[in-house]
Formats: sequence, structure tokens, C-alpha cells
Amino acid sequence: MKLTTLLAGAMALGLSTPVLADAHDPVKVGFIYVGPIGDGGWTYQHDQGRLAVEAEYGDKVETVFQESVPEGADAERAITQMALGGADIIFTTSFGYGEATNAVAAKFPDVKFEHATGFMREYPNVSTYDARFYEGRAVTGTLAGYLTETNKIGYIGSFPIPEVIQGINASYLHAKKINPDVEMVVTWAYTWFDPAKEADAARAMIDQGVDVILQHTDSTAPQAAAQEANENGGRVFTFGQASDMAQFKPSPRVASIIDDWAPYYIERVGAVIDGTWEQQASWGGMPEGEVVIGEITDAVPAEAKAAAEEMIAAITAGEYHPFTGPINKQDGTPWLADGEVADDGTLAGMDFYVEGISGDIPN
Amino acid sequence: MDLSSISPTLLIASLMVAATPILLAALGEMVVEKAGVLNLGVEGMMIMGAISGFIAGVETGSPWLGFFVAAIGGAAMALLFGVLTQVLLSNQVATGLALTLFGLGLSSLFGQGYVGIKANSLKRLDMGFLSDLPFFGRVVFGHDPIVYLSLLLVFAVWAFLKFTRAGLVLRAVGESHDAAHALGYHVRRVRMMAIAFGGACAGLGGAYLSLVRVPQWTEGMTAGAGWIALAIVVFASWRAGRVLIGAYLFGGIVVLQLNLQTAGAKVPVELLSAAPYLVTIIVLVLISGRAGRGGDTPADLGKPFHAST
Amino acid sequence: MIRLERRPTPSRVWAAASPLVAVALTMVAGGLMFAALGKDPFEAIRTIFWDPVFGEFAWYFRGQLLVKAAPLILIAVGLAMGFRAGIWNIGAEGQYIVGAICGAAAGLAFYPSESWLIFPLMVIAGALGGFLWAMIPALLKLRFGTNEILVSLMLVYVAENLLASAAVNWLRNPDAVGFPGSRNLGRWEAASNPELIAGTGAHWGVVAAVIAVIFAQIMMTRHLMGFQIRLAGAAPRAARFGGVNTARLVIFCLGLSGMLAGLAGLFEVAGPAGQISIDFASGYGFTAIIVAFLGRLNPLGIVAAGLLMALTYVGGEAAAANLGLPGAAISAFQGMLLFFLLAVDVLSNFRVRVGRGVVA
Repeated sequence: MKLTTLLAGAMALGLSTPVLADAHDPVKVGFIYVGPIGDGGWTYQHDQGRLAVEAEYGDKVETVFQESVPEGADAERAITQMALGGADIIFTTSFGYGEATNAVAAKFPDVKFEHATGFMREYPNVSTYDARFYEGRAVTGTLAGYLTETNKIGYIGSFPIPEVIQGINASYLHAKKINPDVEMVVTWAYTWFDPAKEADAARAMIDQGVDVILQHTDSTAPQAAAQEANENGGRVFTFGQASDMAQFKPSPRVASIIDDWAPYYIERVGAVIDGTWEQQASWGGMPEGEVVIGEITDAVPAEAKAAAEEMIAAITAGEYHPFTGPINKQDGTPWLADGEVADDGTLAGMDFYVEGISGDIPN
Repeated sequence: MDLSSISPTLLIASLMVAATPILLAALGEMVVEKAGVLNLGVEGMMIMGAISGFIAGVETGSPWLGFFVAAIGGAAMALLFGVLTQVLLSNQVATGLALTLFGLGLSSLFGQGYVGIKANSLKRLDMGFLSDLPFFGRVVFGHDPIVYLSLLLVFAVWAFLKFTRAGLVLRAVGESHDAAHALGYHVRRVRMMAIAFGGACAGLGGAYLSLVRVPQWTEGMTAGAGWIALAIVVFASWRAGRVLIGAYLFGGIVVLQLNLQTAGAKVPVELLSAAPYLVTIIVLVLISGRAGRGGDTPADLGKPFHAST
Repeated sequence: MIRLERRPTPSRVWAAASPLVAVALTMVAGGLMFAALGKDPFEAIRTIFWDPVFGEFAWYFRGQLLVKAAPLILIAVGLAMGFRAGIWNIGAEGQYIVGAICGAAAGLAFYPSESWLIFPLMVIAGALGGFLWAMIPALLKLRFGTNEILVSLMLVYVAENLLASAAVNWLRNPDAVGFPGSRNLGRWEAASNPELIAGTGAHWGVVAAVIAVIFAQIMMTRHLMGFQIRLAGAAPRAARFGGVNTARLVIFCLGLSGMLAGLAGLFEVAGPAGQISIDFASGYGFTAIIVAFLGRLNPLGIVAAGLLMALTYVGGEAAAANLGLPGAAISAFQGMLLFFLLAVDVLSNFRVRVGRGVVA
């Protein structure tokens, strides 16, 4: 009933005209952001992708965006509003928009929807996309294995969700390959965004002898905490997250995992312009240019840098998968046999640590 | 679990840093409340201090100037509250909440060009051999200047309220504005000055976040610190020394929970994360039980004053 | 010298006119801000205030105004009673969250039953959850004299951690392959809180808000409890001597406001939001405090204030999306509106005199 009235309304206003029919008008591209563009991390990188779309297509596209849209009821309204406003394709850039994206997609069958990091595609006009950040974690994990002297590396997690657990496992597995004595310390911040808490979490790690910090939260606070420790005689290394965090080069930040959404956004908007858009579930990584390792600085030993670059090349060429057996689960039960590669289904729902990581995933 | 990896020295040093923003803000708010005004806009003033201090710090390259501008920024926000509540006699609770909303919005507007930039931070003071002493070197002699400034301010506020005539007037205004008015004191002027002082302190606290503790600018970076400051004032039953204890206790629990997690303690993360707030409630209960029913609350707290003569 | 002179009775003319003055002032000041940001101020103001109600897509946005206003009004009505009695529940946000969690949990315990009893059960559980969460500050206040402002506020943060824990662990949708968030209640008919009349946005929460407003209006004007509340707020000593049972009043005011906040949370989680997620809390509990004051703690005034607040949200979002205004400009704009509304209130209680007078 709600659906039909809305449909009738949309029809009456001529909004469901197929995109191809008005090919002379610019294609309107909408973005729904979960944080402010000024977060310097997740949303900032998505907005960089939006700007890349504008740069690529010029007059052929018009982009609109809305920042800081809370997940839930407000998201549905914001997406509907964009669809009513004539958007041809809408990117909803946070996991929590899944239900809302599909609900709006049902009402606007001619608008394309792209939902980031989710799994729900209930209508033919909804695609999902995500990036294989764990590929980047394999590289930073390798570097961490070379860099640590205390044999303690730390991981600041946001919430215990599959993406973060993939990251913890990938980092640990590759650090351990280099340094069999390495120990992984995990701290859950239980927030996506609280710079003060992230700073305190990093300090707690440093105080307890962690000398390489990997973060899955977006602020530069842990970098600054490491820098402060180094200024006072410490030896702590960090990696940029989401964005390059280049201001902390060459140390403590020795490399970074950058989310580059530009290739994907350009490709998908291009598909709408050509009229070739089709539903898909995209999970790109280094080969697609969606996960990029920022400059590895000279603070890293040459040997480590070479190993990291070799791994980047192997992953990019599709020759190496970071989750290649033999790998056991935390309790010692076999997960992957020798040479076996993890399937995407298990990865996407990963809810266990691999063997060697102590502690429990909160639940 | 390996609790031996937690070093008490570093834990105390860290908690002092974690507590300083709320200590500064709470100290300012305490003076405001002593004057009989309840300003719930601490969060808004803190975040304005954080951004104005950060901008000044980046543009001039001097963190000191940053702190100075932050104090002015916080005070300016506070005076907005002051004009509304003292001159136009609006409701203090609502105005304070509006101030928070406004501050959060305005600070993000100001901060749009300042994301991802690093400002010069204040270094820890190097006090020669003192800083090299075991334990005391790090805990007592190993901090940045603002930590010492905040401690000095605790002492100054305590002495001001206890020993000076102006402090007596301020307390009189908070206890009974009608009596103070009858005695010829300028109730509104005293309150305005207290409000401005509170704002300046909150601004300093915010700038400590953006210039020292984090240090960077991110929208909404105070993340509730202003509310904690309000809680600490009551927790402290309006005494400067206890504000210090309260802030350090809170900072201590925040830092301790992260240290426990890092050490691998088998306690649910949610519980650890909520611990600072639960402990605050428990302590509030213990304190209220002992001190009797709100005996220390300034009698005219939150009441509007209008001289009818 | 400008001075204020208290009116013997509040001016009815100004009480009615002052909100209009405030809105007009906000438009001017906000327009200046938008112009400073390089946007057309007239278009921005029109997008915020006019388009959601009368614009091209008003058929959609009018309903959304109700969706946004209903929880604000429901919570604010409860809070206002306490505020009038001088009982300060600042933690409605926590009660809202706990109500939603309890309601959703009560329903999900019976998944996938299609019994008609499920939704009523959820409503009861939601109300009870909010009520019990509010009883913590109430009982601590009565037993130990702890300050309810702070306890209720601290409990907001505890509730947020509870919410994260529910979304990530014990209410997580088992079919969602490890992703956080509960099942979508909107997809499960027995537990959903749907739009009752298509296109109006009106769900059970709107109905509940209307009932709560009527109930509160009658109680405040006609019932002994309403009298006691007003007396306790205006003259606490007189109230004590006059036989008002303070303990009962604290329980009643905190309990009622907690219950209504819990209900608002339940209706939201079963309706517009659809599921328990980490970011379910959207600040309604805090915004409702402002709504309560803007409505002058009067149930009917709260309805108007809630709708106005909803308008600035819905219209503000439209301005952000269509005109590229930063989200921060909208919250600053809302802040301005609140300041002006609070500031012009002075006109209904005081007369402005220009001339020499005694300095206060």
C-alpha cells in the first residue's frame, strides 16, 4: 500500500523515466555518507571517489551527496529524497544502510542502488560492493613482523564484525610468518569514531610494550600517540588507515592501507551512462585498485620493504591469496588444508580467530 | 591474562592526560554552579574551544596562542548563554542544551578546512634530572605544561572560593541571589563573569583534546566529555579538590579498562566500556549517602534572577 | 537604558506571537549564514520551511514529518511533567534505547511465530524496559538522594554499550552471516509497526503520541496529580506541607517519562528503523528535552514544537542534499532557532522599557 502510492506518485511525476530516454541530461549520481566528509577517513575517501567521478565525466554527470546520515529511519528518508530528486544511481556508503537501501529500491525500480560493504540484494536494481581490505592487512602484517622487537603487535578494532576479524587474522598470520614469536594484542574500542578513546587505546598498548600498532578505526589519534612516544625515546610504528595519513610520515607511519573507491565509482557510473548497468556483488581488492598500499617509507628495513612489495605484486597479479592453508582455527581445528584457499562465503562471515591469537571475540 | 604487563607508573601518567580535558571543564562548571547558574552547554563550549584553539594553533604555529584563543572561544560561547539566561531570562536547562547543539554545528562549520592537518603540539616539559627519577620522573615531572596549569587552576579556584572576598560574593550569589542583591552585590555581573570563566575553562579543556591529547581536529571529537564534566561537578559536591579526584578517577577508569583489555583480561568488553559510567553512578550513590541530601548544592542553582525593584 | 519589567500576567499576545518572531529572526540570521557559505539564502530557507509541507514532494514529506515528530512528542510530553515538578530526567535517550532493546528482544524470542499477541507483548516490554531504566535514577534518588540528572545521564552511556552488545551479539540476526544488527522487524508482520494509513506516515507511535498528549493535557489541568506536579515545581515547600507525597511524585514522573521514552523506542525499532543496530540511537531523547522546553512544558505546545523541530530536520536534510549545504550548517541553524525561541520568550513575561531605571 505504501509502496503502491509511492510508485504512483513517482510515476505521475515522471521520475521513473528510463535513464536512456533522457541521455542528454547529465546522469545524477547520489551519495549517502555515514559521517562528515571531514572525518578524514571512511567518508572522506568515499567523497574522494565522488570527486573522481566528477573529474572523469565532467558535464555528463551531476553529483549530490548528504553527510552524516544516521543509519535507520533517517537513512530511508534521505535515500528516498535523493531518488525523488531525480538521482539515477545512488551509492549508500555504510553497512547499516542495507535495509533502507533495499526498501527504497523496491519503490524506485528504475533508479540504481549500490550498497557498500553489505550483502542484501533483494531487487534487481540493487548491487553491493566491498573491498578486500584483508589483502592490505597481509602486507602491513608482514611489515609488522619485521618491525617488532618486543614481539607484541597491537590491533585497535572497532566492533567485532567479519571485516575487522579478517583484518586481525590476516595481519597476524603474515606477521607470524616473518616472526614466529609474535603475539597479537587486540583492543576493542567499541566505537567507529572517538579520537580520544583511540588515543588512549594506543597509549595503553604502548605502555604495555606493543611496538607496532595496526588500527581499524579511522582517526589519526593512534599515530599521534605513537609519535609522542617516539619523541620521548620510544620505538613505535603505525600504519595509516582508510586514508594515507601522510602527515605522520616517515615514522611512526611507515605505510598505509588506502580505500580507493574511485575506480569502482567511475566504472559503475559509466555503466549507467552507457545503459549497461547490471546487478552484481563486487568485492574488489588490490587487483582492481580499490585497496592501495600507501608509500612504504625508509623507516622500514630494505628487506622488509622488498618482502612487502613482492607480496603486493603477488596479490595484485592474483597469484597469492592471504588466506592460503594450512591454517587452523583458534581452537586448533583445521580450517584450510595445505594450499587450500578460503572461499568468499566463509571470509564474508568470518567470526573466528586463527590459531595462535589469544583472547576471545566479544560475544 | 598478564596483568604484570600493566605498569602503574605509565597508567598514572596516562590517566592524568586522559583526565585533563574533563578536569578543566569541570572546574569551570563548578565555579559557574557555585554562582547559582546551571550551564548544560559544556560540551558545546568544549568543542568550540577545540576548534578555535586548533585553528589558531595551526595558523600561528603556536600551541600557546591556540590555548589562548580556545579560552576566548569558549568564553564567547558562554557569554551567549549568559546573555540569554541572565539578561533575557531564558530557561537555563534548555539554553544549555541548545548551546551544545549550536556548538557542535558551528565547530564543524569552522573546522571544514582543518581536517587531516597536524598542529604543533605541546611537548612534555624536560625538568632535567627530575624527569629521570623512577616513578616520580614520569608521574610528577614528565607532563606537558597544561597538565600543570590545570592542577594550578584547581588550587587557585579552591583558594579563590575559600579565602577571597570576591569568592565569598560569588558563593553568596549562588546561595541566595535575593540576599546578595539586597546587600548591594551585582548579581548579574558576578554571574556573567562566572559564566565566562566557565566557558574559558571548557574551551581550554577542548583545546587540550585537539592540541595535545589526540591531537588533531575531527568533528564531534569531544564525544561526550562535556557531560562527564557536569557529572564530576556533582560527584565532587562543588569542591575543587574533589573535582580533581573525580576527574582523575574517571580518567583512571577509562585508561584502566583499555589497559585491562590490552592485557587480555577476560571481562566482557561492553562491561569494561560502560565501566566508567557505572562507577560514576556507584560513587555518586556512596557520596550522596554520606553527605546527606544535596547539602552542598548551591541553594539558588538554576534559578533565574530578576531584580524587581 | 533598556530594562525589563515583569508583567503581572504573561502576555497572551506575545506568547502566541513570539514563536513567529523567533522563526522570522532565525530566517534572517540563518539566511546570512547560508549566504556566507555561498548558497542562495532564499532558496535554502524555502527548502527548509516550505518545500516539505507544500513543495513538489510534500505528499511524501508530510508523512515523514509525523514519523520524525512522533517520538519527539511522545518523549517530550513525559519529560515535561517531570520538569514541571522539578524532577530532571535528562536520560530519556537511555530509556528510549532500553525500551527498544526490550521490545525487540521480547518479540524476537518468539520468532518466527505469527501470533497477533506478539506486537502487544512487544509494546508492553518496551514500556516496561523504559520504565525500569528510569526507575534506577528514581530509586537511587529516593534511597540515597543521588542527583537524577547525572544518574539518568550516565545511564545513557551504559544503554549505548548495551545496544552495541545487543546488535553485535545476543540479538544479532543469525542469517546475516556475522554482520551486526538484529532481524528486520518490519519484514515480520507479527512484530512490525507499519504505516496505518498509506502515505500518511502515521504508525502506532503517532497514535500513542496523540493519546499521550490528550492524557497529559487532561491530567495537568483536571487531575489532582497534575495539581501536585505544578505545586511541587512552583513551591516545593508548600507542596510538602500540603501533603504532596514527594516519593510518589518522583516515581510517577520518572516512571512515566521513562515509559513513554521506552514506547517511543519500541515503535521506532519496530517501525521506521526496523532493527536493532549499533547506531540505532539517534538523539531523540536529547532533542526531546529541547522540544519540551520549546513547547513551554505544555502538552499542546509540545505538539507544535515537535512538528517544528521535525520540519527543521526533514527540511534541513533536503537543503543538505539538494543545495550541497554542509550537514553542520543545519545543526548550527537549529541551534540558532532554539536560541531565538528562548530569547523572545522574554517578551511574553516581561515588558521592555526604554529609559532610565534602577540598574539590576
